[in-house]
Amino acid sequence: MGQILTAAVALGLLWSIMVIGVYITYRVLDIADLTVEGSITLGAAICTSMIRAGWSPVVGTALAFGAGMLAGLATGALHTKLKIPALLSGILTMIALWSVNLRVMGSANVSILRMPTLFTFIQRFGVSRYFSWIILGGLLALALVTALYWFFGTELGSAIRATGSNPNMVRAQGVHTDNMVIIGLMISNGLVALSGALIGQSQSFADIQMGMGSIVIGLASLIVGEVLFGKRGFYMRLLSVALGAIIYRIIIALVMELGMNPNDLKLFTALTVAAALSVPYLSAAVRVKRKPAGAARV
Amino acid sequence: MCDLLQIKGLAKTFNRGTPNEKSALANINLVVDDGDFITMIGGNGAGKSTLLNCVAGVYPPDAGEIRIDEVNVTRWSEYRRAVYLGRVFQDPMMGTAADMTIKENLALARRRGQRRTLRWGVTAGEHEKYREMLGELELGLESRLTGKVGLLSGGQRQALTLLMAILKTPKLLLLDEHTAALDPKTADKVLDLTNRFIQADKLTTMMVTHNMRHALQLGNRLLMMHEGRIVVDVRGEDKRRLKVDDLLQLFERASGRQLDNDRMLLS
Repeated sequence: MGQILTAAVALGLLWSIMVIGVYITYRVLDIADLTVEGSITLGAAICTSMIRAGWSPVVGTALAFGAGMLAGLATGALHTKLKIPALLSGILTMIALWSVNLRVMGSANVSILRMPTLFTFIQRFGVSRYFSWIILGGLLALALVTALYWFFGTELGSAIRATGSNPNMVRAQGVHTDNMVIIGLMISNGLVALSGALIGQSQSFADIQMGMGSIVIGLASLIVGEVLFGKRGFYMRLLSVALGAIIYRIIIALVMELGMNPNDLKLFTALTVAAALSVPYLSAAVRVKRKPAGAARV
Repeated sequence: MCDLLQIKGLAKTFNRGTPNEKSALANINLVVDDGDFITMIGGNGAGKSTLLNCVAGVYPPDAGEIRIDEVNVTRWSEYRRAVYLGRVFQDPMMGTAADMTIKENLALARRRGQRRTLRWGVTAGEHEKYREMLGELELGLESRLTGKVGLLSGGQRQALTLLMAILKTPKLLLLDEHTAALDPKTADKVLDLTNRFIQADKLTTMMVTHNMRHALQLGNRLLMMHEGRIVVDVRGEDKRRLKVDDLLQLFERASGRQLDNDRMLLS
């Protein structure tokens, strides 16, 4: 049981970086960005392929981040410059990335078993496999939360947040909202690809299908984090969605331990997210119904 | 002083080539002098809001030219023109970011038209300055600087939007029925504030209103629009002598029919 929990926490920390990326689009920009399904695989594909080709894992990871930003740029350009709805723009990039990822990997998967990764650097100091994930994932997540807290407090970051809240107002204040959306999408997908690169290295493996359903996992983690750890302050919010990723992994590990068929996992996650997203509407509907007749006057 | 705003041959038609085609502006020519405070009235669909929105760059015009301070801005997008403009909208939700604090909203407005850099979004000195300014509004907002704007009432939000519009002194202040969504008492208060700000900074202003009393009370110049044209333009002493009855007569003469618009308030 202890081993399972450690693994869940470790995996959750690697995914938490992806969830922070989803938070930036879904909560800050108010866009459901499906690009992530492709960019998480892109990150893993680029990083593992680079390592396989003999490059340093540091270079591979950095390049994965950059490639993710380009994926975000593509979605942002489709959405803001060509006026394609955000959801569809994300889907288009996601589908295009499927081919890109196959090109990058040269086949449907890449194995880097027994090759150096960021984690093997740490394992050299006598740290076990999962703890190397926890150390690197935890440090990186904390550093990113701090960096993003700073960034979204700057003039530029404030303008991006305001764009998600009220683009009309932001334009009236002389900010080019298109660029704000693009920058937000780039940061988000950069983080998602970075997370993908870490996940790929952690399992020494990248697979063309690994991004499938990742947006739902991201949203589930985000909602779990918000429900459990509240929404006080921007720093706490970023931290709580990162923690949400860990809690989500623990929940999954527990239901698997309880004997759930792994094939049902995606159905379980989708239902959880659907339930969580409908809570505000349902609770409002219940409140209206409970009001006695005649009291509904506005 | 020079002409602050020059509009030449401005035309705008919505839904061109469809059954819903509507000519909103038809060959508008207008020169606004520096320091003018113009009130604008007219029935629904007269083109008042469309004119303001064309000046602000929300809609690209079909024809014509717009110059602000001698600069031709006809092809400029909305965000670029913001350098010159302070704007308050009819909908109190539209002028502020609800998810952000009062302080953050003010800080965004103070940097209107400037490049957004990686400097901190609200500097330490700004906090005290904003507190003082909010105190002058007498709405109790000075103690809520770090509160979310979404929690404010419509009147408070509109007063805040007004403050944001003038925080960085605009060349031209555009007010698009900014008191129409408020209850009469709040509307009067916001209007009072508007007048105070405009007089204090001698702001060149275009204010659309549905309230004839307000249109007559305020400003040094009055425009009446009808079917996409400016049909009445009175200023100075002539405007000061104008009464509601005169306005109704002017409208009838200009449009050839009785004023039948119930949204135009006579009180």
